[in-house]
Amino acid sequence: MQKLFDIPRDLMTEEELMQPGGLSCQGCGATLAMKLALKGLGERTVVVIPACCWTIIIGTYPHCTLQVPVIHVPFETAAVAASGIRAAFDVRGEKDVVVMAWAGDGGTFDIGLQALSGAAERNEDILYVCYDNEAYMNTGIQRSSATPPGAWTTTTPPGAIKEEPKKDIVKIMLAHGTPYVATASVAYPDDLVAKFRNVRRIKGTKFIHLLSPCPPGWRIDSSQSVKVARMATQANVFPIYEIENGGYTVNVVPEKKLPVKDYMEAQGRFRMISKEMLNAVQDRVDRRWEQLLENSAAP
Amino acid sequence: MRQVIKGNHAVSHGVRLSRVKVISAYPITPQTTIVEQLSEMCASGELEAKFIKVESEHSAMAAVVGSASAGVRSFTATSSHGLLLMHEVLHWTAGARLPIVLANVNRAVGPGWNIWADQTDSLSQRDTGWIQFYCESNQEVLDSVIMGYRLAEKVMLPVMLSYDAFFLSHTSEIVDVPDIEQVDEFLPPYEPEFRLDVNKPRMFGGMVGPDCYYEERYVMFRDALKVLDIYPQVCEQFHAVFGREYDVVEEYRTEEAEIILVTAGTITSVSRIAVDRARGEGKKVGLMKLRLFRPLPIERWQKVLGNAAKVVVIDRDLCAGLGGVFASEIRSALYPLTNRPVLFSFIAGLGGRDVTPEDVEGMINYAAANEEPETMPLFWGLKGDQGGNHAETL
Repeated sequence: MQKLFDIPRDLMTEEELMQPGGLSCQGCGATLAMKLALKGLGERTVVVIPACCWTIIIGTYPHCTLQVPVIHVPFETAAVAASGIRAAFDVRGEKDVVVMAWAGDGGTFDIGLQALSGAAERNEDILYVCYDNEAYMNTGIQRSSATPPGAWTTTTPPGAIKEEPKKDIVKIMLAHGTPYVATASVAYPDDLVAKFRNVRRIKGTKFIHLLSPCPPGWRIDSSQSVKVARMATQANVFPIYEIENGGYTVNVVPEKKLPVKDYMEAQGRFRMISKEMLNAVQDRVDRRWEQLLENSAAP
Repeated sequence: MRQVIKGNHAVSHGVRLSRVKVISAYPITPQTTIVEQLSEMCASGELEAKFIKVESEHSAMAAVVGSASAGVRSFTATSSHGLLLMHEVLHWTAGARLPIVLANVNRAVGPGWNIWADQTDSLSQRDTGWIQFYCESNQEVLDSVIMGYRLAEKVMLPVMLSYDAFFLSHTSEIVDVPDIEQVDEFLPPYEPEFRLDVNKPRMFGGMVGPDCYYEERYVMFRDALKVLDIYPQVCEQFHAVFGREYDVVEEYRTEEAEIILVTAGTITSVSRIAVDRARGEGKKVGLMKLRLFRPLPIERWQKVLGNAAKVVVIDRDLCAGLGGVFASEIRSALYPLTNRPVLFSFIAGLGGRDVTPEDVEGMINYAAANEEPETMPLFWGLKGDQGGNHAETL
């Protein structure tokens, strides 16, 4: 039996900026993530949503489950629309308002990468969150460049399972000199809320890569999404860490390292992975973890 | 104050005088000097605005969608391929009912690469929901920026003003640059009824089902048509402050005209000379300059052109499979009339090729000599086996 995390009560405010009535699938990680993110950010936040699952989850007109201002924008424009909103709020003298772009992995790793790179290069004072469910889930589970190797999707069917490693979005952001880059997971809610509360004090571009389990896309039962997300971190597939102005901190160190195989076997999408590919993934995961520990130990 | 300035700088001054608060743009020839001068104005503090220097035109348009949604006056400028790259966001801007002004320098579309005057770029954006103006002079360019904001903010639709590459963008003319106090009198500060506001949270641009989308689009269509009523009021107010007038079309010597030329942009200036010469020879020739193109001022077109025997439309644009865009729209507008003039459609000056008064005289003479036009447009000045100017049809 795993020990449940102690959730600091001062972070978990009773105020709910996300109300019931959303249209997510059961066990949706992205929905839980938004609820927690807004607990950290508070009401002086504007949410910018490009085409993604959240376009639907938030509710169709005239319904909206969030109690902060929200704007929907074209697929590839989250980072730059947020930049424009930032400029306008600065002009209006409302510098304390956090402008948060909230995009999926398709809108971040793929079609939105150019605008994101532009915003990061300009070091726009925005928070960019990629809730990563590792495929185009909203359109019915198609491969993105965030899809991990060995995963089935509708465009990587049996015989054409994805072989390429996932793009390293954190390194891409760091290469821009982004002041704050972090990962977070719905399996570690205290850490997640703390990070979203923390970003208010950081000037410039903040990027949070958020693992967001998707029961239909990952082929897991909706009751298992938090558990599987936790396994991702315990297996070092998705380590929880942050880099502020170049300084690494690993926020979650698994007590006992889980084999990647266990994480993959908990999901239906990896059923067709070959032994060789699995070994290659395990090697890569181990190398990246060692590198991360090395980076965090550096003065 | 009267100054000698280029068309691009007329835009920059128009933006400064309109007290724009957020600018986002990406360089493209021949628009670049707008961006350069605006950068200088922002850097010196002459214009108190944030300039977001983005990595593409698609992002330039999306940035101002963001800033305008947060309730500040916003501007962008582009040309040709830049405008085409914006296409998705152009639709979005109009649908979001954002009163952004965009200056487009009309330039040809590749391949081959061609940076010279051609109106195919903006005409191919005619279905995006933007109000469109075509300008003939640098004064008109400057005034259209200021008028553009007044109109856009009244109807909550974006305004695109277009003018010809190099013939205006890089050509100096005398322009009366008004005092900013004068402009303040005409253009009040922008404070929209709805904006992104943390004290009054609202959602913008969310999912709408078949039960609402249709009505949303109808309302946008209806409001676009309101421009035909509101624009004359804006013109009147503009005239009261600045003494200059810009009707939806400009008639030139159309009294009792049997042949009326229809032009947009700088070909108009050349055509005025041809009209004067023709009138000097006793030919009853006039000109209608197109200024407002979206929404279509159909009734005005019918009124101006309805009594002519022949209409000659000159298009510096080309839609493959159709012909000239202006000719096509004029033809549709005239169709309901019982006694329609016959319409001669000429394509001329694509990719910046010079169109001279003699060319326009040739078109007038062609129309005078022929009772029935060809079904397809005539390509004026096409280089054939003999070279030189001649008309060719398919």
